[in-house]
Parts: sequence; structure tokens; C-alpha cells
Amino acid sequence: MASYTLSINNQKKTVEADPDTPLLWVLRDELNLKGTKYGCGIGQCGACTVLADGNASRSCSIQMKDAEDLKITTIEGLSDNGTHPLQNAWIKHDVPQCGYCQAGQIMSAAALLKRNASPSDEEIQEAMHGNICRCGTYLRIRAAIKTAAKNA
Amino acid sequence: MKRRTFFKVTGATGGGLILGIGLAQCAEPEVRRKVLEMPETWHEINTYLKIGNNGVVTIYSPNPEIGQNVKTSMPMIVAEELDVDWENVIVEQAGLNTEWFSRQVAGGSQSIRKEWFSLREGGAKARQMLINAAALQWQVGAANCTTENGYVIGPDKQKLSYGELADEASKLEIPEKVELKSNSAFTKIGKNHKNVDGLKIATGQPLFGIDTHREGMVYVSVMRPPAFGQKLESFDDKEAREVNGVVDIIQFGDKIAVLATSNWQAMKAKKLLKPKWSGNGLENTADHDQILMGLLDARENEPFRKDGDVDQAFAEAEEVLTRVYESPFLPHNCLEPMNFFADATGDKVELHGPIQTPAWCRSRVAKILDRPEEDIEVSMTRMGGGFGRRLYGDFSDEAAEISSIAKRPVQLLFTREDDMTAGTYRPAIKYKIEASLKDGAITAYRLSEASINSNMYGLIPNFFPAGAIPNLEVRGHKYDSNITTGAWRAPYTNFLAYAEQSFFDELADRLQKDPIDLRIELLEQAKPAAEADEKIEYSPERMQGVLKLVAEKSEYGTKASDVYQGVSAYYSHNTHVAEIADVVVENGTPRVVKVTCAVDCGILVNPIAAKNQVEGGIIDGIGHAMYGELNFDNGKPSADNFNRYRLIRNMEAPEIDVHFVDSKLDPTGLGEPSLPPAGGAVANALYRATGKRIYKQPFVKELEVLG
Ligand code: FES
Ligand code: FES
Repeated sequence: MASYTLSINNQKKTVEADPDTPLLWVLRDELNLKGTKYGCGIGQCGACTVLADGNASRSCSIQMKDAEDLKITTIEGLSDNGTHPLQNAWIKHDVPQCGYCQAGQIMSAAALLKRNASPSDEEIQEAMHGNICRCGTYLRIRAAIKTAAKNA
Repeated sequence: MKRRTFFKVTGATGGGLILGIGLAQCAEPEVRRKVLEMPETWHEINTYLKIGNNGVVTIYSPNPEIGQNVKTSMPMIVAEELDVDWENVIVEQAGLNTEWFSRQVAGGSQSIRKEWFSLREGGAKARQMLINAAALQWQVGAANCTTENGYVIGPDKQKLSYGELADEASKLEIPEKVELKSNSAFTKIGKNHKNVDGLKIATGQPLFGIDTHREGMVYVSVMRPPAFGQKLESFDDKEAREVNGVVDIIQFGDKIAVLATSNWQAMKAKKLLKPKWSGNGLENTADHDQILMGLLDARENEPFRKDGDVDQAFAEAEEVLTRVYESPFLPHNCLEPMNFFADATGDKVELHGPIQTPAWCRSRVAKILDRPEEDIEVSMTRMGGGFGRRLYGDFSDEAAEISSIAKRPVQLLFTREDDMTAGTYRPAIKYKIEASLKDGAITAYRLSEASINSNMYGLIPNFFPAGAIPNLEVRGHKYDSNITTGAWRAPYTNFLAYAEQSFFDELADRLQKDPIDLRIELLEQAKPAAEADEKIEYSPERMQGVLKLVAEKSEYGTKASDVYQGVSAYYSHNTHVAEIADVVVENGTPRVVKVTCAVDCGILVNPIAAKNQVEGGIIDGIGHAMYGELNFDNGKPSADNFNRYRLIRNMEAPEIDVHFVDSKLDPTGLGEPSLPPAGGAVANALYRATGKRIYKQPFVKELEVLG
């Protein structure tokens, strides 16, 4: 076990963990930030997506030993009171079905809008390719990203 | 190419114009649900609701929520009859309570259909109690009082809020009988109501089973035999025990549970276990294929339905068309892997987590722990998908057993690999369908089902085309495998509908008829039989209705010549659905660009949720028809994670246009019915585009298709 100091949602957090522990499990089990979800553990589903230095990153694939230098934002830290344009758009379009993938979807979309304020349909689909929604909410995800881009 | 003409909307095939509901008319203002002040006191009115002294109402949603949105739609129905402002309603998931509720199950698309009257009665009885309380206070006849959005109004326009009346009302008798609203008086049903958990989901609140955290609990990861048919001989856990955070390792049956202070530590230690497995009778897909092919011609079992004389009709036919359709096993792949919390250490056993069948779970765990059912409390979390997998509580049983052996509260989590390899799979199935043609008509139809472990067709022999063809025979045979199988969203029909609807498409070609024309004609022929034979489940009229609506909305037959359209219509889970897929060819490769869908589910309770559910079902249906495949080699599944198992992704989802038949009939369900027709619509459109028929899932192995 070693001690790591992380920057999570603009706060410094110190945790004890083995160096190979994925950030995902530190967020969930140590820091009680349950919004970031586990879906595959191998970078394939996007359920665990967080922002690392503003980029959409799979927290299941970031080990503690590599996490200290990153500025991490989780779904809990995306906005105060859930008022990020994407969160508003998600509600407006009634995107979720079961809801499990949606935090990851929103974080991927947030990274997209950060680097591209008005993405085209193709750019949206491309950027969201890494996020599986088993319930098939893809069409509303696309529409909500469009709306958020307009309202940002 | 312009198509030849086909049916007329108001022609000889009967039935008038089918009206679709304009979804835009169902809109509600775009406001976020306001945060409600909590009352000082709550007053339980009946099993469906309690009312606070400030007028805030809590409605209990009885059935498990797996993404089908009953947590919004069921309370809406209660609120409709209660006559309360939806903005003043809090929804709470009810725990298992078999005294209060009759069917706390998420399955078979039955929640709304089966509870339609009980939910309404729950709301209406509470409303009557509030009226009775006001009438007593005012000393007037209850019949002279009415309600308006959270208030009881007296004969002299005097007003008392539900909050003011709640305490008194809660002490009154629950009325035996109440009158329900007439459908035309509905103010909520038929209007868009957004997901009550929408904001919580969008902000990452802990809603799911996997998010459960209790003081003193430990996390558990279980090692199970890697191949079906294997047994645990022995294991060495020395290295695993050295992993930080490991608190215990126990064997139960052929499984080993690793208990640790975090999920990661439990998973990591599990990988270091050194088990020895033994086993024989390990099964292979190649063998299954041979066995099932043989069973297609078996005649041991009595037919599930038999009309007329198929053999004779075949003998007299000009042509008998015979086709075999094949599909693999499918895992459910709920995005939230199986998990459950159990605490079997106290006077009561607490079970908490994602389960579609909490009552069944309780009775099984009672047996496993040898305790009375009264000792066992089950509560349900929101679920990250169900699709049938969470009907089977193997994971809740494991959690209970581990908690009892280890004497600790435990949170069990399947890794994705556990989830995909310890499944309750949709079984591999094959269908052989034969039909005879004579004088431009289909004279006989024979379907044979060969399946792993169970024959679904026993439950649905009276679906289409029963009644539509004079000579008909359907039968099934099964092979008993040690691979666990079970219900998978729209059990069997998820594949059967594709097989059958592809077959009818081919028959239409043989008869030189438009595929919609042929279906409408057959449904016309089915009407007398459907009248006379109570067993026939589908409604020919309603099926014609959705076909006509989908044809109109998809501009069927009038689209540009480079758009190829495929038709499919299917009745399942009490709902009629027709779908038309549009395929275009890009640089020689086909791509599905759009699906138009018409649905008859009776009264539309929550239009936006209904549309969402239908879209999701279509995408799921296309995804699995195109890509889904799980095989077995020596009892071992061919994939254990998403790098080797392809699920449909964002850019592969086509545009979807959903329409609902405007109906006054009682509502049916939507969790499943839009899925079965999707594969057939796509296969038929791909055929129009490429000239190639597909007889096997997954389609991408048969034909190059753009995602
Ligand atoms: S859990 Fe990280 S990508 Fe699936
Ligand atoms: S909403 Fe269920 S997985 Fe996306």
C-alpha cells in the first residue's frame, strides 16, 4: 500500500492504495463517489469515464501510480446542482433508460464539447463510440449533445 | 424503382383510417422537477401512497425498475385517480410486500397491463377517503364534494387541501368500491412525464445495487467453474490471502468467494487463486448445431397446435418452400453486472439489490438459509438493465449464502467476465419453416423448433399465422444441456419473429405479392378464425392497423429508388408492432439508415417514455440480430468481455421514427414488443438491397453490412 494525493473535483484527496489499483475503484470504494460506474474494467464500455486534465478517460484503466498528476473531474463534480448544459439537455430529452451508462456518456460528451463547441453529427457519433448503452438510448444522447452545444 | 401498388388504406381489406397519435401534442412544460419541502408528518392513506401535512404526496412504485420506466408510469396512474399535482409527488420504490402488492415482478412486459386497475383503484380510493374526511368536517354529503388538483371542493366551493385532510383521512376505512375516471377525463395519462430519477441519474447519485454501501460490509468476488460441467476439486489460496485487504476466502459448493475491504482487492486476489477443476460432459457449439438440426425433423412430441392436414396439403402443392433459421446463445450483458447485498448475520436477513423477481428471491433464500420467509426482507434498487437476466437470483442466493457462512454483511459483485461466463443465456435455437403454395395461395404451414433446454413455442402456438392458414402444424423438441439458459428480453420471439417474418417475405416474393399486401390478406383470412377460436391471441384487425400506419408513415413504396425497405410485423406480450427498415447501399455495402415503427399498445400512458422504450427495443433488436453471438467450446463461453463480444454502439444506431395507434383500449406493455420485429425488418430490407437472404444470426457473419 502507498499513499496517493489526488486532485478530484477541485479537491485534494489522500488515499491509501496499492499502486496497481484502478482509479475507478478508488473513486467508488475509497472516496464514495459512486457516480462513476464499472461496466467492463478493460476500457471497452465507457461507463467509468471521467475527465482527466479535461480529456475523456476510462478510470478503470488509470492506475493509482499514474493518477497523481491528473486533474480529475467525475460526474459529481461536473457542475453545482446538476446544471451543466449537458445535464439540462439530458433531462430535457429524457435520455436515460436504466440510467447506468449515463454518467459515462455525459462525461464523454463534456470532453467533446470542451474541445469542439458545435460538433457535427458525425463528430458526435465518433466521440461517443466508446460508450456502450445497453438500453439503446443513442438517439437521444445525440440530440441532447446538440441541444447542450446550442445552450452552452 | 417505384413499387407496384399494394393495399389501399380504406380498401377491400377492411378497417378504416388508422390514426396515429401526434407525440408533439403530448408535451408538458419544460421544467425541472422542483425540490419539495418535506412535511412534518406523513399519513399513510393506503398501500400506494402517503400524504404529508403540507400536501406533498409520496407514491410507492410497486414493481422493480430495470429501465422500462415503470417507476414513473405506475405512480402516474395512481396520481391520475388521486387528482394531485404531479409536481407535488415524490416517488419511492416499494420494497417487497406481498401483502400489499400482487405482482412485484419486472417481466413479460406486464407491469402496466396487469396493474392498470389496481393502480387506479389505489389512487381513487385514497381520493375518496380525502373526500370523506372533508365531508365529515363540513357535515355535507360526500357525493356533493369533488376534487381539484390536491384539494377537496365542497358544495359551497369551500376548499381543503389534501395536506390538511391527510391525518383525518388516514383514520377512515378504505372504501370497498370506488368509481374510476372515464378515459376522457384523464389529465395525466397520455401526457409526457419525464423519468422521475432523471436528475439523479444525470448527476451520478447512488441509485443502483452496485452503489450499495453499509457500515461493516465487505466486498466479495466469486470464482466459479470456468466451463459448464466442471466441478471444483481443490484449490490453493495461499497467494490470494496475501493480497492487501483480503479478510476471508471460503468455499461454497463448487465456488470460491474472496472477501475483501474493496472490490478491487477482492478481484485481484481472486485471480491469484489456484483451483483444480475436473469435469466431463463438456459441451460444444458444433455438437449442438448437429443435434438441433436433427431435432428439427423429430416427430416424437405432439404438435403444440394442429389445424387441418399439412401432409396432404404439401402432397397436393405446386411448391413447398423450406427454410431453416439459426441463432446462437446470447448473454444478457446488462451494463450493471450482477451484484447483491446480503446481511444474514442478524435476526432478520436483509437482501438489497437489483432483482426482477423479489418474491421468488425471498422464497429461495429462505430455503437456502433454512429460515422462515418472514425473517427475510427484500428491497429493490434501480437496476442497470434487466433483459431477463435479473429474473434469476443466482447472485442474491450466492450473496445470502456467503454472508451466512462468513458471518458478515457482504456486497457481491460479478466482474464483467463473471457476468458473461456465468450467464443464464438465451438458448441457441433453430427453426425449420415450411409452407406449401397452390393457386397463388399459402395452403399449409409447418414450423419446427429445436432448442437448448426448453421449448418456448409451447407458449405461443396461437400467435400469427395460426388462424390465417387452413393447414398448420407447430411443434418443438429440445436438447437438455448443462449450460444454464433462461428468458432473454422477448424470450424466443426475439429470434422467432425474424425467422417467421423473413419467411413470409420470401413467400410474398414467390407469390409475386407485395409483402404488406400478403400480410394484410392473411390477416383478413384470419379474422373468422380469430372470432371463433378463443385461443388465438393476436388481433388481426390491430395487426392490420399497425401495418397500415407504418406503411403510411414510412412512405412505403414511394421512396427514392435507392432506398430499400423491409417489412416486419409481430405480436408479442399483448402488443402489436410493425416496423419498416430503410437500407441504402454505400460504395457497394448496405447500411440501415432508418426504422419506422407503428405500435398498438392500447391507451398510451406516458408517450415520451413509450417512445423511448420502443426506440431502445428496436436498437437492441438490431444490435443483437447483427452482432450478437456466444458459442461454447468444451463448456467454455467464447467471449468474456466486450473486447470479444460486440454490442451495438452509437454510430450504428439508425434514425427511428415511432408512431402509436390512437386507441381507447386498456394499455398493454412495451418492455419487449418492439424488439422482435426489428431483425426481420432489417433482414428483409437487406435482401431488397443486396438480393441475399440471411438465414442465420448474427447477420454480420453472413453479409457485409456497414454499422
Ligand atoms: S469500466 Fe472502464 S471502460 Fe468499461
Ligand atoms: S441507459 Fe441503460 S445502459 Fe444506457
